[in-house]
Amino acid sequence: MRAEFVQAMVALFAQRKDLVFITGDLGYMAVEPIAEVYGERFVNAGVAEQNAVSLAAGLARAGHLPWVYSAAVFTALRPYEQIRNDVCLHQLPVKLVGNGGGYAYGIMGATHHALEDVGALRALPHLCLYLPLVATDVADVVGIMAKDARPNYLRLGLAADIPGTIPAFAPWRKLKPGSRCVVVGAGPVVQGLYQLDDPELLDKLEIWSVGTFPLEPLPAELAASIQHKRRVISIEEHYLAGGLGEALSHLLLTSGVAPDSFVSLHAAGYPSGRYGSQRWHLEESGLAGPPLASRLRDLLRA
Amino acid sequence: MLAERVLSVKRRFLAMYKKADAGHIGSSLSCAEILVFLKFAWMRDDDTFVLSKGHAVAALYSVLAEANLLTAAQIASYYEDGTKLPALPPFNAIPEIPFATGSLGHGLSLSAGMALGARLDGRDRRFFCVTSDGELDEGSVWEAALFIAHHQLANVVWLVDRNHIQAIGRTEDVLGLEPLGAKLRAFGFHVIDVDGHSFESLLAARQECAELWQTRAAPVVIIADTVKGHGIGYLQNTIDSHYLPMTDAQYEQALAELTRAHAAPSNDGVGNAG
Repeated sequence: MRAEFVQAMVALFAQRKDLVFITGDLGYMAVEPIAEVYGERFVNAGVAEQNAVSLAAGLARAGHLPWVYSAAVFTALRPYEQIRNDVCLHQLPVKLVGNGGGYAYGIMGATHHALEDVGALRALPHLCLYLPLVATDVADVVGIMAKDARPNYLRLGLAADIPGTIPAFAPWRKLKPGSRCVVVGAGPVVQGLYQLDDPELLDKLEIWSVGTFPLEPLPAELAASIQHKRRVISIEEHYLAGGLGEALSHLLLTSGVAPDSFVSLHAAGYPSGRYGSQRWHLEESGLAGPPLASRLRDLLRA
Repeated sequence: MLAERVLSVKRRFLAMYKKADAGHIGSSLSCAEILVFLKFAWMRDDDTFVLSKGHAVAALYSVLAEANLLTAAQIASYYEDGTKLPALPPFNAIPEIPFATGSLGHGLSLSAGMALGARLDGRDRRFFCVTSDGELDEGSVWEAALFIAHHQLANVVWLVDRNHIQAIGRTEDVLGLEPLGAKLRAFGFHVIDVDGHSFESLLAARQECAELWQTRAAPVVIIADTVKGHGIGYLQNTIDSHYLPMTDAQYEQALAELTRAHAAPSNDGVGNAG
């Protein structure tokens, strides 16, 4: 999604000149087009995320629209208090961009994975999180964020490749119908469901994609479907705490929608203490490949 | 006259502290002259002030009241339930307080951001930021210092309230900062040392900045040598002055000492804002 993000930021600059792009010294072979177009409005703030976020708050206070770009884990967690105090308390339109959400940094290892960014940031007032799913979402999301007066966090990852046509980016999207169970996913991890290599299993899954946190009210169609199918599975490339599973189960309960079973599929961290590609970590967490297929079969058998 | 202004400001915030039975008196006494000088002898209307050492916000509230930017009723609400004047700067409540500071190490970066914004807009605005010295333990301050120096943000005027005392110890015992001036010079700042309780000395710094900026846009840090709890015998230069409220007797003593010290103020000779 990074290339699409850079294109979108370049395109946005043609429409408005109050943008300031701040990178925490990341974006090699990626953000150069932004630097070229933004000129003095492109700032490499160095490996100094705390300063970058407060700087952005000051810029926003001065009437600019700052975007702060780094790896998701460094955008979300290293300057957490700056996000909390300087950005969110003051409700300033600072746009935080985290590249490589979840296990996207793969073999780079645990320090570079962002498995708690959503949970940490969901706790903050006024902050709206955006999780694109496919490559074409990115430009839409950048456009939405530019108009959103709230502070935002954009979680970028490796775009999912979903077969067929899907609706344009929205807080809730129904991706496909299914016969037995409702699956709600956040971000590109949903792709694992389409790669099960088991068409019969996939046919049983009605799949929805969540694009924003806080979750918007439950769509009537989704509520009706859950009431009918009675089973809900959430899937996310994030720890259980503070993630989609917790948010969705809360939303269901407070919406008076109570399925018979609710299962959260989420990142397990590093159960074997070993490292690998993003795909390897997803499989180890049961979020992709044969482990995912096997879990889904078990769940649907129960 | 600044001497009368600062006496009035100190009397007001001492009354606020007494009524609230609150601490952080030493923090406010440490920077009272600096805040008064900035407000009444240096800053223009379109300049911005950031009190990064938010613990001294009573002094700032009092300065704003002195400038008729806060009402007596607002001042009377300090520390009360439902107030907009809490013990550390509030967010989005008072136009002259752009950010809720007090968690240390934020103000300098915030000032840098606003200053960068003004520069990008081609606006001639300045951003005065007062940090404490204990605050310099925070790594984020040094991130901001690197940034300001690298980008030559001369529209940030950074003042360090160097009273040598942090929360529960003396700065040089806790995490030594010296040689502070040399460190900041090495970062690329033009360093000006002043007596933070002398308007004459602060005026000289203002003039030095004006002369400097005529020739080059160098970022400035003013290291203000100050005394925590300045001017009040029992409080001066003590760690207690960071925490303890005043007894009735201490309050009377404080007022008497202030009045005596200001009884025959020297002509400070400080003119209008520049």
